[in-house]
Amino acid sequence: MKATSTTETQTGAPTVPAPGFTPQQLFRKQAAGEALSPNGEDNVHRHVLTVLIDNTIGALNRVANLFSQRGFNLESVTVGEAKDPAHRRLTLVTTGNDRIIAQVLRQLSGLIDTIEVDDLTDEDHVERELCLVKVRCAAADRAALLAIVEVFRANVVNITPDSLTFEVTGPTAKVNAFIGVMKDYDLREVARSGRVAMRRRLAFEH
Amino acid sequence: MSTPSAQLETTATTADTETDRQLATGAEIFIRSLEAEGVEYVFGHPGGAIISIYDEMHRIKPSFQHILVRHEQGGTHAAEGYAKATGKVGTVLVTSGPGATNTVTGIADAYMDSIPMVVFTGQVPTHLIGNDAFQECDTIGVTRSITKHSFLVRDVRELAATVKKAYHIASTGRPGPVVVDLPKDVLAARAPFHYPETTSIRGYSVVGKGNQEQVRKAAQMIAEAHRPLFYVGGGTIISGGSQKLTELARRTKIPVTTTLHGLGAFPETDPLSVGMLGMHGTYFANMAVQNTDLLIAVGARFDDRVTGKIEAWAPHARIIHIDIDPACISKNVPVDCPILGDVAQVLDQLDPLIEPAEHDEWLAQIDVWKRECPMDFRRDGKLRPQEVIRALRDHTRGEAVVVTDVGQNQMWGAQFYSYVHPRSHITSGGLGTMGFSLPAAMGAALGLRGQNRDVISINGDGGVMMNIQELGVAAAHGLPLKIVILNNGYLGMVRQWQELFHQERYSHTHLEPTNPDFVRLAEAFGCVGLRCTDPADIQDTIEAAWAVTDRPVVMEFRVVTEEKVFPMVPAGAATDNMITAQFSPEDCA
Repeated sequence: MKATSTTETQTGAPTVPAPGFTPQQLFRKQAAGEALSPNGEDNVHRHVLTVLIDNTIGALNRVANLFSQRGFNLESVTVGEAKDPAHRRLTLVTTGNDRIIAQVLRQLSGLIDTIEVDDLTDEDHVERELCLVKVRCAAADRAALLAIVEVFRANVVNITPDSLTFEVTGPTAKVNAFIGVMKDYDLREVARSGRVAMRRRLAFEH
Repeated sequence: MSTPSAQLETTATTADTETDRQLATGAEIFIRSLEAEGVEYVFGHPGGAIISIYDEMHRIKPSFQHILVRHEQGGTHAAEGYAKATGKVGTVLVTSGPGATNTVTGIADAYMDSIPMVVFTGQVPTHLIGNDAFQECDTIGVTRSITKHSFLVRDVRELAATVKKAYHIASTGRPGPVVVDLPKDVLAARAPFHYPETTSIRGYSVVGKGNQEQVRKAAQMIAEAHRPLFYVGGGTIISGGSQKLTELARRTKIPVTTTLHGLGAFPETDPLSVGMLGMHGTYFANMAVQNTDLLIAVGARFDDRVTGKIEAWAPHARIIHIDIDPACISKNVPVDCPILGDVAQVLDQLDPLIEPAEHDEWLAQIDVWKRECPMDFRRDGKLRPQEVIRALRDHTRGEAVVVTDVGQNQMWGAQFYSYVHPRSHITSGGLGTMGFSLPAAMGAALGLRGQNRDVISINGDGGVMMNIQELGVAAAHGLPLKIVILNNGYLGMVRQWQELFHQERYSHTHLEPTNPDFVRLAEAFGCVGLRCTDPADIQDTIEAAWAVTDRPVVMEFRVVTEEKVFPMVPAGAATDNMITAQFSPEDCA
């Protein structure tokens, strides 16, 4: 996938590999995105994948099970009906070095229920996440809080005498920032949807 | 106007009654589907949830033969043995709950070793699923990570099509086990029977030919290599590519090492063969791997028992990897030239692009390694297990099908039989399931019935006890199995590790106090029992065993307890870091 070595990009200077590596061993480490020196770190990336599966019993289980079975990381999963109600579309966020990400993609494609697997990470795509946030807030303090959430274009979806519930939608970074700000107030509850993602172009139409 | 309408009504009524008569129960549809699929043997055990299938079997007298095994695990291994020996799909039928969970080991075994098998499990009626009903178990959930795919049939109208899909998935691509869960009410419900001739599954396609560009690249790499080596796995045998590979290796003078499952893909009697590689591979195979400049992996999966310490493995080699499973490519070792495709077809593509070649220097080096540390054993008047395997080989001229169990007996069986035919070596490689050999040999013998092939089951005294109940089944069917027990009174492989790596602390590996009298045990099951305690009697024992043709023979060999499997690469070590047997050449006279 990516051929650049971690240590080179991190330090800006080519690293001297550990002595005793043959050219073939170096090639394999680079191809896997593994550390080239004993104290180096693996070239780990976060990947956003979309998976289209049959809307059958057990299909979602098989996808989720694959991650625990194979020891892959799974940071976020969203699932919902796709364009065709016979299918479901998942957005998965996973991390790993190049060898592991390639394995994730191949193992996912190998499932019988899987129709299509797409790695959006290096493609031009949009990502959104929805988040509900409940803050304890007396009536007298509402105005101040509402002025702040306006900056994030968060919507008020519920008001009680003691609380406000906001809905904020956007890239994960924006949601994180919003929750960060709300922590300065009496933040009581957070519910995040996880990411959904889509290519900008008409490459993956379902 | 009234007359035609009345006629119409009459016709409709007649049609209804006729359809009613044509409707079959789920149980009958199941049996008819297996018949249509050409199933020869069903290894099964009845129970409440599938009693209707057994009832229909009694009524219909189906074209397949049902083999009543005495434990469901034995049934799965028998199906595996049948599948490995014949290349066809093994079929297992068990009831819900414990029937299903007893198949788990066999399913996991088939998954690891890419064996085509369909396991039909009974299930409680659909309305009781999830209620902790009697003999209920979430079979699909339990087996999810050890199956290629699984189905829960919820509607009798989908039953036949599901059976078709199950056999299609199990047998194509990289083969594997498929579970079909059959709720009791679905088996009782009625539907018209129609077995589809073909099936298509949207998310499932099977690759055939490899990418021609990659094949060309591989041919170029082979032409450039000075010290090439074929690394051949079980996928070669599954795809039927053994003959092609043998021709190619001989034409290009490229030496061949095989994995445990690759044994028989290339004749070990050929001078180009360097035998098995890996943890208990030959010294010369591992040395060849560590020094090759081009490793051509053919239907192999870079298992940890093959590679040892992975960073130190094949350090100078560029790698070509031919495999049908995309997930196998670069899973453990990133490769230079992957070719996704069916091994036999890719070898066909590769063949015309490769010129005959000589690698004299490389082959001379391999000969030096072969002389440095040949595969041999001590001959000192004691009964050594290796001598038994060699004697079996000589007696059968290498033509038998050898089914080994797991542990020391498995490694000696792999090292000393010299396999020359594909599908002549059957073992539990990936999962390493003790108790595999006896039922698997039974399945293999059934699959090869009428073909005049000897089937030898090689066991230790530990593993053979794990599915010993199937001895009665083999006897009942008059199978002339030759069952070898290499009895050293220990769980030998664990004992070997304890001796070498745990300062001789033999914790719970001594079996003698709990071992039965194997000769009397054999006789109790209706088999012939023979015992051999002296190397001078090996030949007589084997001849006496081969004189029996109507029932299984159990041969117990009381072998030297301290005998170990060598060479050995300690777990996690580089594969050229081998412990070799400590004896001088004159010991092997």
